[in-house]
Amino acid sequence: MQLKTRSETFIEEICDIPGGEGIKRCIQCGTCTASCPNADKMDHTPAELIAMARAGMRREVLSSNAMWYCLSCYLCTVRCPRGIKQTGLMHAFESLAMRDGVSYAGSFTPTMYRSFNHFACALGSMPEFGFMTWFYMLSNPLRAWKMIPIALELFRHGRLSIKARRLTPEGTKQLRAILEKAETLGGVT
Amino acid sequence: MRYYTYFPGCSASEGGAKAYNWSAKAVSRVLDVDLAELEDWNCCGSTPSGSVDELGAYCMATRNLALAEKRGLEMVTPCSACYVIFNRTNTYLNGYPPFKAKVNEALAAGNLAYRGTVKVRHLLDILTTDIGYDAIKSRVKKPLAGLKVAPYYGCQVVRPRFGFDDPEYPQSLDKLVLSLGAEPTNFPLKARCCGGSLVLSEEDVALDLIHRLLQSASSNGAECLITVCPLCQTNLDIYQSRVNKKFKTSYRLPVLFFTQLMGIAFGLEEDAIGLRNCIVPIEEVLAKYV
Repeated sequence: MQLKTRSETFIEEICDIPGGEGIKRCIQCGTCTASCPNADKMDHTPAELIAMARAGMRREVLSSNAMWYCLSCYLCTVRCPRGIKQTGLMHAFESLAMRDGVSYAGSFTPTMYRSFNHFACALGSMPEFGFMTWFYMLSNPLRAWKMIPIALELFRHGRLSIKARRLTPEGTKQLRAILEKAETLGGVT
Repeated sequence: MRYYTYFPGCSASEGGAKAYNWSAKAVSRVLDVDLAELEDWNCCGSTPSGSVDELGAYCMATRNLALAEKRGLEMVTPCSACYVIFNRTNTYLNGYPPFKAKVNEALAAGNLAYRGTVKVRHLLDILTTDIGYDAIKSRVKKPLAGLKVAPYYGCQVVRPRFGFDDPEYPQSLDKLVLSLGAEPTNFPLKARCCGGSLVLSEEDVALDLIHRLLQSASSNGAECLITVCPLCQTNLDIYQSRVNKKFKTSYRLPVLFFTQLMGIAFGLEEDAIGLRNCIVPIEEVLAKYV
């Protein structure tokens, strides 16, 4: 059996993701880095991350903090002269890092995304108050305390609903069946 | 009358942006636009779900598209995040047949199938392209002459390129402000990021971005901002006091949904367009012009 080199397998994994194949076209011009509002917060800039992925540095890429600072503003994507969908790559790195259990622990963003997804899947809707309370309890209950003035202000202006919007029982069942089936299909690739 | 399937999204339907839903429906009625809400829709998954479980997130979005396909109309959403998610889903499903087959395999477990034919558009696109500035102008009862409005697009209504306007220097909202009789201010950061959902997990990062936007709008003479996205409105309005505290500033810029500004110009009742939901009150500014 012929063994694949490390770089071939990671790059193939990325190229199999819809929209991921552009990574092969990168010329390291740095336009994505220069466009990114959060590049200064990242341990590796967006362009560096692409270079590392192409060098097969799977573990280093997936444990980076870079993608967790991505705001999904898509400036890099519209400016890339090679048509690479960097924002999509960031999302792909995030979900691979989550799946492998190696996501960066220094930011609350992975926990926030997981909390969001938990409610989106379980209820089929986003009860903002429940989601935020859940997230602050999981991340740092002390920060929940700091959110009380904001919650009161929202409540005063009729913008805080405790009640979640519910799908019909048939709709809930249908969504659950679809998501359960999706889980057995082994990801997008 | 023009007919569309309407996808309000979670924030506008039951969340903090109900005023967007109310005002969107109210001005649509005035403009003979029929927005029939998609029955039994679910959360589009937004950005976070795709970052946790890509396939699950695509399936969540596609369930809505499959339900909408049965009606055969274009689907319109007022939320920029929903808009990007659905368009991205359509692009990948139609561009990658094996991926579409996989998503349909999951959908089949719920007796659904999606062919890939639903065109999804942003409410701003519908109102400015299909209805048009002249029709909007003709419904104005209270021209907002003199009111200086900073048109804030944010990111996902114009990026990536699914759309109807320039990804970095959009104009549609500026022209809409003009058609209402008001004055769009120069606003160099009009299509830059507000911090999005990172306001929850990385508040300082987001406050810095919100600060830059308020500074850009204010230094160009804006008396209020208008937005096209529930999250942008939330960040700019609710977190304005925290920006003031952190940066020792004293901004007091009301942030309206663009449909609320239209409602004001159309002479609609305050409650019908949810003006009281604004944290930074708009009344003081309006008293000068209306």
